[in-house]
Amino acid sequence: MAAGARLVAFAGWEMPVQYEGVSAEHLAVRSGCGVFDVSHMGEIETDGAGALDLLQHVLSNDVSKIEVGGAQYSVLCREDGGVLDDLFTYRVDDDRYVTVTNAANHERDLAWFRDHAGSFDCELHDRLPDWAMLAVQGPEARGIVAGLAEGELPPRMRTARLRVAGAACLVCGTGYTGEDGVEILCPAERADALWNALLDAGATPAGLGARDTLRLEVCFHLYGNDLSEDRNPSEAGLGWCCKEETGFIGSEAVAAARAEGTAQRLVPFVLTSRGIPREGNAVIGADGTESGVVTSGTHSPSLEQGIGMAYVDAALAEPGTEVEIDVRGKRRPARIESKPLYKP
Amino acid sequence: MANESYPEELKYHPEHDWARIEGDTATFGITWYAQDSLGEVVFFEPPDVGTTVAKDATYAEVESVKAVSDVYSPLSGEVVEVNEALSDNPERINEDPYGEGWLVKVKLSDASEVDALMDAAAYQELLVGD
Repeated sequence: MAAGARLVAFAGWEMPVQYEGVSAEHLAVRSGCGVFDVSHMGEIETDGAGALDLLQHVLSNDVSKIEVGGAQYSVLCREDGGVLDDLFTYRVDDDRYVTVTNAANHERDLAWFRDHAGSFDCELHDRLPDWAMLAVQGPEARGIVAGLAEGELPPRMRTARLRVAGAACLVCGTGYTGEDGVEILCPAERADALWNALLDAGATPAGLGARDTLRLEVCFHLYGNDLSEDRNPSEAGLGWCCKEETGFIGSEAVAAARAEGTAQRLVPFVLTSRGIPREGNAVIGADGTESGVVTSGTHSPSLEQGIGMAYVDAALAEPGTEVEIDVRGKRRPARIESKPLYKP
Repeated sequence: MANESYPEELKYHPEHDWARIEGDTATFGITWYAQDSLGEVVFFEPPDVGTTVAKDATYAEVESVKAVSDVYSPLSGEVVEVNEALSDNPERINEDPYGEGWLVKVKLSDASEVDALMDAAAYQELLVGD
């Protein structure tokens, strides 16, 4: 592997966790430009006159609101509202959409789409083998990509078909770091050349370790940690991307959760003392009882303190609430915060 | 980040800890291999002075951004000093694992335990086998 990567196996992929070091890569993205190889992300292409109807049926957001060249975030729910995945969908043509899946969920998502495609007049294509995905993020990201692109980059939440470093790419004004930047879908066989061109142009190679600390600082959800089949989008704080009036699968359960409120809510927090919270740590309320669980926790390189997200009882969910996190037997004071924990 | 090294004058524990023995006290730390495997250390909380540590048992944790790693005591005794400077500068464990990155000093309770530790050559053979 190029660029001195340290690899780890994840969902059948060999993944670059870090190159120089998580903090250095993290700070490079916050101050300049980092590039992540996120080719493990899957893509499902939905084509045809009934493509919109299928996507509207399975995705939580109002897919009819996406213009050609637009992008939208949504979740994929079961009937009971349990979250199967969170995904970005790009409308690349009148009747053609590309939905980006999480690696570990890709096969299940694809099967779910196929199982529900039934009478809809559309075709589904698994594009995971065809496309690589590079995320170029940071205040200098657009300048670096623009220097390699033939044509103007799309603004935030828009997409454009552009040649980048000679390869025909779909460039998307999206990301997972809170910084400005783009995500580039390119033909798999062109990914090495594009990666090298981005490094030559000044981008810092960044691994999945930094991707995780960056996303957690801005409180973006990670499926498998902060989202799961056991939690509905309302308690995960994703009610904003659920439009029940479209009648998507799970809409009734989401509407009920929204109306009745949920017992717990996903909230960000910071440790007000030293230490690092970790997934699975218990959240302890002021009365000393266990009142929640940490789903993501790390050391924040930008804030230089322990941060995380946790599902906590609704009574503790207000920003400013003082709690304790049980970090392997040591109770460490923490405070519930509002999103994001870090403002780029 | 320091260059890989395993000083001759130290004794080594298979859980990647080192001990520098000076009379009836010893200084403990983690080896170059341990800090390299862990990555940049962002948190170390020492035990309290006066804590009893037992050979082959854990007495502290070091944490990188992604991972928590137990630190094993290579020898038994009582903690008489801890490296307070690591609270604000845990990265010293990476930068100077055998010097400024030391963790604790321990008054040994059984000097004969030293015989069970490895010398630098034996420890490096263990690393090759890992």
